[in-house]
Amino acid sequence: MAFSHLLELENVHTELSLAEGTLRAVDGVSLTIDAGETLGIVGESGSGKSMTALSIMRLLPRSGRIVEGSIRFKDRVLSDLSEDEMEAIRGTEMAMIFQDPMTSLNPVYRTGWQVGEPLRIHRHVRSGEAIATATDLFQQVGIPDARSRVRHFPHMLSGGMRQRAMIAMGLSMSPSLLIADEPTTALDVTIQAQILDLLRRLNREYGTATILITHNLGVVAGMCDRVIVMYAGRIVEQGRTEDVFSHPEHPYTWSLLRSIPRLDAEPHEPLTPIEGSPPDMVHLPAGCKFQPRCPFAVARCSREEPSLLQVRDQLARCWVTQAGTELNA
Amino acid sequence: MTTYVLRRLVLMVPVAFLVTVGVFMLIHLTPGDPALIILGEDRSPQAIAQIHQELGLDKPLYVQYVIWIDNVVHGDWGRSITTHEPVAGAITERLPATIELGVVALIWSLLVAIPLGTVAAVRRGSVVDKLATGIAVAGVSVPNFFIGIVLIFVLSVSARLFPFGGYVPFFQDPWESLRHVALPAIALGTAGTAINMRFTRSSMIEVLGLDYIRTARAKGASWRRVVFIHALKNALIPVVTIVGLQIGGIIEGAVVTETVFTWPGVGRLAVESIFNRDYTVVQGVVLLAAFSYMVANLVVDLVYGWLDPRISYA
Repeated sequence: MAFSHLLELENVHTELSLAEGTLRAVDGVSLTIDAGETLGIVGESGSGKSMTALSIMRLLPRSGRIVEGSIRFKDRVLSDLSEDEMEAIRGTEMAMIFQDPMTSLNPVYRTGWQVGEPLRIHRHVRSGEAIATATDLFQQVGIPDARSRVRHFPHMLSGGMRQRAMIAMGLSMSPSLLIADEPTTALDVTIQAQILDLLRRLNREYGTATILITHNLGVVAGMCDRVIVMYAGRIVEQGRTEDVFSHPEHPYTWSLLRSIPRLDAEPHEPLTPIEGSPPDMVHLPAGCKFQPRCPFAVARCSREEPSLLQVRDQLARCWVTQAGTELNA
Repeated sequence: MTTYVLRRLVLMVPVAFLVTVGVFMLIHLTPGDPALIILGEDRSPQAIAQIHQELGLDKPLYVQYVIWIDNVVHGDWGRSITTHEPVAGAITERLPATIELGVVALIWSLLVAIPLGTVAAVRRGSVVDKLATGIAVAGVSVPNFFIGIVLIFVLSVSARLFPFGGYVPFFQDPWESLRHVALPAIALGTAGTAINMRFTRSSMIEVLGLDYIRTARAKGASWRRVVFIHALKNALIPVVTIVGLQIGGIIEGAVVTETVFTWPGVGRLAVESIFNRDYTVVQGVVLLAAFSYMVANLVVDLVYGWLDPRISYA
């Protein structure tokens, strides 16, 4: 291969064994991300976006495992690595920040200690040096009064501040890939904007490739070069952000875009919710998984599942648009 | 922190008052007149009245209490009815043996319980986990005097690994002292070991499922680092609570264990005094036990704050 990507997922399947049965949380996901790029992964809860991220980090819960497919990172196949080798990559070359900053920091250790910990683990620096670096990082991510904040315990910091601390921790070893799993979901709207600004700035300044997982389309529009839309563990649409937003080629994406309020809409124009409820992942319907909720479904949709194919400028998994029909109410 | 300790000490005053009232009332609540015990055969009404006067039993109850508490505070815990020795002296003489027994029992129980509970939690469902659970159930169910008798029989009488009975002061010969204290301490600490093990295990399992453990893994921390640095400190918070409650159990258990092992501690002193109706000594022992318990719980609260910074002492 002449050109290789920073991260490449090929046909990844991840299963979770639950009491109700085994479910395919990630079902044949293929994606790539290059250095410096920002990729958005959108989908509702349970669509497999977090499980995709945890599969990349090899941090799946006890009940989960990757049953098929390969994940390549910097030309190494991650599934071939030993746990020790994987630990050497985590925190140094790929870092992850999580949804809830309230619960993602250890309550019994000082924030500076926690933020500087990757340096102690991977570079074996002294504790004082790690704290000094943490103080610098706190300043970089915009935590005021960094010198005293590093000595605070997590419960003494606000939610936004804690998420900044999480980001500082993720960046402590200057990773080439940062996975942010719903980094703003648990925060106030004004704080959300600040955190996204911070991520955007860090992506520009350090060239860190970023995978931004979110259910908020507005976040993707403002930040991501490309976007992947997931439904029932599958990618249903994938393309450049402006293409996907200007002319969605999967009915799910189309419905998602119509369900968000817009300032430029006609006054009193009602929002259109997506009918039905998210799929039962243990008992998925035959054919297209979105077909029971799809306003465009045709007979074929309930029989055969479509593949992810080129439709105009992007990829979409839909019989209707693949046949040339345009999505319109 | 200092203010917290001071405030806790102030809050202990009403508890201490109730405890002393309870202890003081022992003599009046137990059937039988102490004068009769002291007098033995000669039970003329004059002699009884004279004893009552000597002991101050003819005064109103609250006056008796004030006199008694004043003496107690000044280190005069009265004299034994049977031996006529000062009670404070008799207790001080026996105290080191009991402290050694209790401390070793506690250390033993934690030394076994925390590592075993941690391993059982990390390797859920493994042979180690099942074995540890089995031992825990047995440890809680079997009374400590029985464990004591079995230990004596197997390790002391048959295998001759440990001496039976006897006490060697720690500072006189530490090694011999530990050899002598080993069996009684194991007998006394076993029930606590089992409970602490189960608590460590369940608390550890809960903590290992929390978000910040995933954060630590995402930083590249090894499993060992995650378990022993990130999880253990959090997992021990509920264990410390239980240990605090067990200190009462250890004082209580010492009475039985010391009797089984003929250990010359305060527990056996209590048993002897109860049989002799030596109520001044019983009062002293109960008072000491109650205060030890109160102090132990203060210490537990301080450890708690060290483990969990969310608890504020302000």
